[in-house]
Amino acid sequence: MKRARVAFAGRVHEATPGAAEGTLRLADGQSVAEDAVVWLPPFEVGTIVALGLNYADHAKELAFKAQDEPLVFLKGPGSLIGHRGQTRRPADATFMHYECELAVVIGKPARKVARADAMAHVAGYTVANDYAIRDYLENWYRPNLRVKNRDGGTVLGPWLVDAVDIESPPQLALRTFVNGRLAQQGNTRDLVFDIPFLIEYLSEFMTLAPGDVILTGTPEGVSNVTVGDEVVCEIEGIGRLANTIVGDATFGR
Amino acid sequence: MFDVPPWRLSGPVYGVLMNHRAALAALGDAVTQPPYKAAPKGVVLYVKPRNTLIAPGGAALVDAATQRLEVGAALGIVIGRTACGIAEKDAMDCIAGYVIVADFSVPHDTWFRPAIRFKARDASCAIGPRVVAREAIADPDALEVRVFVDGKLAQVTGTGDTLRPVARLVADVSEFMTLAPGDLLLAGVAPGAPRVGAGAEVAIEIEGLGRLDTRVVVNPEAAR
Repeated sequence: MKRARVAFAGRVHEATPGAAEGTLRLADGQSVAEDAVVWLPPFEVGTIVALGLNYADHAKELAFKAQDEPLVFLKGPGSLIGHRGQTRRPADATFMHYECELAVVIGKPARKVARADAMAHVAGYTVANDYAIRDYLENWYRPNLRVKNRDGGTVLGPWLVDAVDIESPPQLALRTFVNGRLAQQGNTRDLVFDIPFLIEYLSEFMTLAPGDVILTGTPEGVSNVTVGDEVVCEIEGIGRLANTIVGDATFGR
Repeated sequence: MFDVPPWRLSGPVYGVLMNHRAALAALGDAVTQPPYKAAPKGVVLYVKPRNTLIAPGGAALVDAATQRLEVGAALGIVIGRTACGIAEKDAMDCIAGYVIVADFSVPHDTWFRPAIRFKARDASCAIGPRVVAREAIADPDALEVRVFVDGKLAQVTGTGDTLRPVARLVADVSEFMTLAPGDLLLAGVAPGAPRVGAGAEVAIEIEGLGRLDTRVVVNPEAAR
């Protein structure tokens, strides 16, 4: 089963795919067109944990050596937006790129969980597009929040897909399209640190709670996007997450 | 704990490093050497996620009797009004008040890309005793900070001599990330933070903000 959270007619609803193509069924029984709603991140998001350089090819692309400990960073809730949202590209940026990532949503509290038991703590999956603006990268507490925790820089959705409906651990093709052109591709089977490892590693020092989400990193193929670009991140069986790049003027800057 | 609007903390806690001039100076020439190569230009931020929050009256946790944690004594800036792209001159209007924060971390000597396990560990952020309204504090950039360990004065520092005083800090952070009512932004930690282990009674006093008492205990679940 897969579920979305959408705003429609004055309230937030849980939505599931409608009987007809391009429609949604809201939990209160209404049937609405997919483009008549505002898509929100598909669940109440808690702590956002993100992985850097978790695909060997992407690490190579950015000239990094393989690591013995995952490169983990944290994000705040202000960075989140839903499917079909807009992300700002500041006028002074020269290299802003998308990152298509499998997002793992925690369903059951996880504290000092062993690898073998880790998948039982996963509620489901969604797609993330975790933008970065490399112009702002500095060498202090990398990746610094100005690069990775910008308002509207973390796109999440459209669907939360139940873990039971996805092979475990997931081996899913992942693709990013910019204005319809294939720009990035990979497969979640190539994660350097896989999902059970990450849950074991993180839960050793931090208790993961329902709604916490792990953005598992992105494969090679990141490229610059500019104002007006439509960026679609797609993961096989999970969803197709669209986003548009807008300029400062949209935000009165 | 919170008797001024917005009446509650919303959850996110953002910490700031290298804001005290002395903290950066303590690194000496290393600041301009690899991997840093230059002093930070932007605000150096980190996140204390919700698992780090210590309930009032609760204790910070260590994994073993031998483990030591650093006590970062910080001025917590509680946001009262949404701050997004605000100017420094308007920043104070976005502040609800101030609170004492004890930010416990695993001592580490790299600031390049530290593992989050140093700062995001369970029960490593104590907040209290109460939020004091902004109006009650004449100058948040001139408060004495005292840290006591087992009743003995272990560190005396202050909220002054920072690269970004409170108003500037809020403005610079809001340039790229909106601070929402109830968010907590820590104004930085002076160098020389005391280290403590299991059994320690820790207290932080900040002038005008009262006294935050907490302690350190061995995590009962440490031995799995």
